[in-house]
Amino acid sequence: MSEIEQRPDRTPVPSKWEYESAPESREIVTLEERYGVFVGGEFVEPRSGEYYTTLDPSSEESLAEIPQAGAEDVALAVSAAREAFEDGWSAAAPAERAKYLYRIARILQERSREFAVLESLNGGKPIRESRDVDLPLAAAHFFYYAGWADKLEYAFPHRRPTPLGVAGQIIPWNFPLLMLAWKIAPALAAGNTVVLKPAETTPLSALLFCDVLRQAELPPGVVNIITGDGRTGAALVKAEVDKIAFTGSTEVGKAIQRELAGTGKKLTLELGGKAANIIFDDCALDQAVEGIVNGIYFNQGHVCCAGSRLLVQESIYEPLIEKLKRRLTTLRVGDPLDKNTDVGAINSRQQLEKIQELVAAGKEEGAEIYQPPCRLPEKGYWFVPTVFTNVAQSYRIAQEEIFGPVLSVLTFRTPDEAVEKANNTPYGLSAGVWTEKGSRILWMAQRLEAGVIWANTYNRFDPASPFGGYKESGFGREGGRHGLEPYLDFDGAEASGG
Amino acid sequence: MAQAPALPTGFELPLEPRLPRIGSVDQVAVEARAADLSRRSIKREAKLFALDLAVRMMDLTTLEGADTPGKVAALASKAIRPDPSDASIPSVAAVCVYPNLVQTARERVGDSGVKVASVATAFPSGQSPTDLKVAEARRVVELGADEVDMVIDRGAFLAGRYAKVYDEIVQVKEAIGETHLKVILEVGELGTYDNVRRASLLAIAAGADFIKTSTGKLSSSATLPVTLVMLEAIRDVFEETGRRVGMKPAGGIRNAKQAVQTLVLVHETLGLDWLTPDLFRFGASSLLNDVLMQIRKEKTGRYQSSDYFTID
Repeated sequence: MSEIEQRPDRTPVPSKWEYESAPESREIVTLEERYGVFVGGEFVEPRSGEYYTTLDPSSEESLAEIPQAGAEDVALAVSAAREAFEDGWSAAAPAERAKYLYRIARILQERSREFAVLESLNGGKPIRESRDVDLPLAAAHFFYYAGWADKLEYAFPHRRPTPLGVAGQIIPWNFPLLMLAWKIAPALAAGNTVVLKPAETTPLSALLFCDVLRQAELPPGVVNIITGDGRTGAALVKAEVDKIAFTGSTEVGKAIQRELAGTGKKLTLELGGKAANIIFDDCALDQAVEGIVNGIYFNQGHVCCAGSRLLVQESIYEPLIEKLKRRLTTLRVGDPLDKNTDVGAINSRQQLEKIQELVAAGKEEGAEIYQPPCRLPEKGYWFVPTVFTNVAQSYRIAQEEIFGPVLSVLTFRTPDEAVEKANNTPYGLSAGVWTEKGSRILWMAQRLEAGVIWANTYNRFDPASPFGGYKESGFGREGGRHGLEPYLDFDGAEASGG
Repeated sequence: MAQAPALPTGFELPLEPRLPRIGSVDQVAVEARAADLSRRSIKREAKLFALDLAVRMMDLTTLEGADTPGKVAALASKAIRPDPSDASIPSVAAVCVYPNLVQTARERVGDSGVKVASVATAFPSGQSPTDLKVAEARRVVELGADEVDMVIDRGAFLAGRYAKVYDEIVQVKEAIGETHLKVILEVGELGTYDNVRRASLLAIAAGADFIKTSTGKLSSSATLPVTLVMLEAIRDVFEETGRRVGMKPAGGIRNAKQAVQTLVLVHETLGLDWLTPDLFRFGASSLLNDVLMQIRKEKTGRYQSSDYFTID
């Protein structure tokens, strides 16, 4: 006899309330069967003659054929950029450069739904995120740097900033369009021209962006986009560029740095992370749980600054973990284009295998695994949001970047211990601190070795705020006035006292 | 009559029954979470389910100085049969009226199953001596109310005299016996989410069957973040003690979309167990017709003129 029957005065509770699927329409996106490389303002067939297929990671469906650009293609793109730089872009009135950046920003806003759908289609991220985070932020970056373009003298007084020339930019697959915006906007504002290589698995939004450039009537060659895998990237690093800006893995970052040593080319690297998200026992608990979820399950954990190491004060450990586990049961994993999806598909088979390997290592090392009940689609690349408890600092899952929806939970007793454990990593990109005590936030921020520290929030971005790492998380800053500096030369001496 | 435990001024919360730590609420984060949940896309069958539930959870309310037996009689008829042209539309949960109109409401709802709720305790301000408030609550039950919606003494709460607030709720609860007690916090006067959380836990500790956001007399009332803060307090109490406390957002919920968003909040915070009129109510006067209009639209695919929905 059920509880309901025993209490006739009670109204029965419903057994389920399934939200119907609410897919965003794909109609708005028109894909070519085969793309070219974008050089000198035109799509051209790659000299390499090679193509590969890009997929929808949620269904493994083929979307389009993409050029595997070779060294010759890279060289052509770089010389198109060089020509554009010398033929006017570097000498153009700064307000002219601002005009184009404003145009690009506005067009991105106007076409944001189209881009959001494409981003989710090619990358696997939930439409909720591409629509509410990636696109608004990408447009905001262009607006922000458009504002700086004619104010460089004020950004760096008495230092006479001048552009570098041609910037080679290599971006990752986790935020394809947003990373493009982070790279292209400051480079153009500073007066450089660009050759950009999107990630192998997510080239489509960058290729659609070429259409925006034409719509904005940006002079040909100012931005060139070449596609391909790591070989294309390596060719770009070796090419006649004045600067390389790279966002991606620490391993590749180190290789680039070795390659560029002694060449005089400038370099900025934004690499991996294994951020500590530190929860003190006086925090607003339910909101901290949201912050933890946002910290590690946002974009399937494919975030270099993800809060992948949760450091919890022992006195609050049990209620916090209970709340976290309950919250995980409400995460909706599935079709990236469904407006109610919270966690989408893993970006590629390769990444899925890496996550699976590290999770297996975590189990073997003795950590306790929790995964909420979850029905995953049969096709495509998927991983259930995962929490590891009883994790020791020495386990691989506490040391290595997993870059997936996997959280490792450790505990601490005192603020000193929290700092010590948080800093005990080769990385230093970001950290989170959750406490109601303002003085403790400042105390922690002074001691944490991380480029970005969030207090009572996580994964919050703004174009005005510089972003970048300590230690093996890289060097150089993107965003803010700081983000202009790596794209400028300074021949004026720093004046003392103005 | 048992006395409430003697508590010094400025205490935090009684230890019995054991309650979750009071904790705090982060304003930015709770508003972000509520905004996130409000963007769930609820369509077709899922929407009809929510709208039907919203009707069954409704406390159809009139709380005006100008209320008359005629007005309340019309409201009661509407409560029993919200849409005469569609027999599948259920009755609402209750009608909510001033004490003087309890008898009329009682007669009119008869044995339809629709409950009669009465406000009490010097509604809406609560600024009267405790004995008068307790007497008023007892009287409305004698007049036939099934449910009492009392207000807390915000003056005492904001002055830090939590014991007085607590004590009054305990006394009202005792005076009305088994009658269902909803405690109105009037969140618009509490000023912070931290206060909303404290008042929620305090009211629950003192014996509230339901906690309710507002009197409906202020412009700031049942917003999504405030509702979320109260639902989280209810969840913490449930986790800690196993006790199920109900929730009633009231004031400011005027259309079906807001009602559906609120139900999503309940669903994703407390789960299916709270999706029943036993544990969740909407206090509203103008919400019902919009919900009826949306139900008809979902069923027929067309919007109908508001002339086809009765104004009561």
